[in-house]
Amino acid sequence: MVRLEDVTLRYRPDAAAALAGLSCAFPAGGFTWLMGPSGAGKSSLLKLLHLAVRPSAGRLDVLGTAVHAARRQDLPGLRRRIGVVFQDFRLLPHLDVLENVALPLRIAGRGEKQLLADATEMLRWVGLGDLMRARPEALSGGEQQRVALARAVVARPALLLADEPTSNLDEQQARRVVALLREMHRLGSTVIIATHNEALTQEHPAATLRLAGGRLVSHG
Amino acid sequence: MAERTALRAPRPRGRDPLGLRRAIADRLLPGLVAAMALLAALAMAGAVAAGAMAERWQGGAAAAMLVQLPAGTALAPAAAMLAALPGVAEATPLDREHLASLLRPWLGDATNLPIPAMIELRLARLGPEAASLPAAIIAALPGARVEAHGVWVARLSALARSLQGLAWLVLALVAGVAAAMVAVATRAGIAARRATITILHDMGATDGAIARRFAARIGWLAGAGGLLGAALAAPLLWLLGGLAAPLLGAALTMPWPGLVALPLLAGGIAWATALATVRLWLRQLP
Repeated sequence: MVRLEDVTLRYRPDAAAALAGLSCAFPAGGFTWLMGPSGAGKSSLLKLLHLAVRPSAGRLDVLGTAVHAARRQDLPGLRRRIGVVFQDFRLLPHLDVLENVALPLRIAGRGEKQLLADATEMLRWVGLGDLMRARPEALSGGEQQRVALARAVVARPALLLADEPTSNLDEQQARRVVALLREMHRLGSTVIIATHNEALTQEHPAATLRLAGGRLVSHG
Repeated sequence: MAERTALRAPRPRGRDPLGLRRAIADRLLPGLVAAMALLAALAMAGAVAAGAMAERWQGGAAAAMLVQLPAGTALAPAAAMLAALPGVAEATPLDREHLASLLRPWLGDATNLPIPAMIELRLARLGPEAASLPAAIIAALPGARVEAHGVWVARLSALARSLQGLAWLVLALVAGVAAAMVAVATRAGIAARRATITILHDMGATDGAIARRFAARIGWLAGAGGLLGAALAAPLLWLLGGLAAPLLGAALTMPWPGLVALPLLAGGIAWATALATVRLWLRQLP
């Protein structure tokens, strides 16, 4: 369960609020589309949810932890339960594809043999089993996105977030990525996806939260 | 596919997820640390040599002044008179047997030679008043001769002690500069891997885990530099020991255990400095 109560986010004390008085909840095991025009606050909300920033005001509960009040040293453990697919992939260029996907397992302290087996299985799941030793820069945008997805889900996160995961992809690649995200939802993860793509949301109907100007417009 | 093959990672880099093998130069830092280790070794050797010289000269300065009495002067009253002079801590008459034993290496067992009566003075301190003491002695005991070389030897001993202190100070300074240099190298590594650190942090890596990776890499490089510096210093120290031997009357025992410990100390200082630097930087992340 993720819950926000009257959450405000400012990146600097004197800056305008990126999110203002936001209150909403994402049920455990739910699938939610996060929609809104550019600058609506979708990415800021995702940053809050994966603990890249902390709320300037209000209450934020993520997977049972009161983030607004948590000690800094308590957050890494919570972050390891959250998977994120970034719009710009954020793959590490000095690591090969397999090592990129194995990274969350390595951070979690998983044994070498087990983590390589799990990362290999995950790469096969996203259809990249034959590119495990390639560098990210050798891959197409769609392939990089699938690597990013494999990395986000390899540790079986309780909460899976994706920021415009299909924006750089052609229609076929986009469908494939969304199918993978839906599969993770089917396997029990709470999934929240920020997108501009109305057609995609109509193709896969689910709860939709709309933002505009950092405020909640609708949720349902 | 050929292009993809060319872009394959040459070997698994999983144990270096931060890419520190590339981000932190493996030549510059060891080279600088080697230079620092060489300076530290020389400072250590200087401290040891200065300490040994001070020790030896201090022995020589124990008799700060020797007074040769005029013939026929009674030893005990003269000693009491000299002990009462300002600046004199102790006046000890040297008996004939003691003087004969001092002369024996040069003159043999010449017990029949006329040996003058001598009094050894120890001074309360080596201040400016020590310079005027010979005149006061001659005024009190006309015809006496004063040998004041011990004052100069004592001053040399004090100088050697100061040099020893200075050498330890230089050693501390070298350690401080080395730590500052490692901090700068660490900051450069952080700047080169800022995005990667942020990604690992966002994935749940703890500050300690990230900092330990930096510390391990930098500690290893500094240790290697320390080893190189110690290896370069060893022949220099051996030569220095040989040069100091005539001044000491014996071979100088160089700080070989310190030299052996130098790479470990360099690695340890670098490890701790890198750990603290990275942890401090990470505190700006949420």
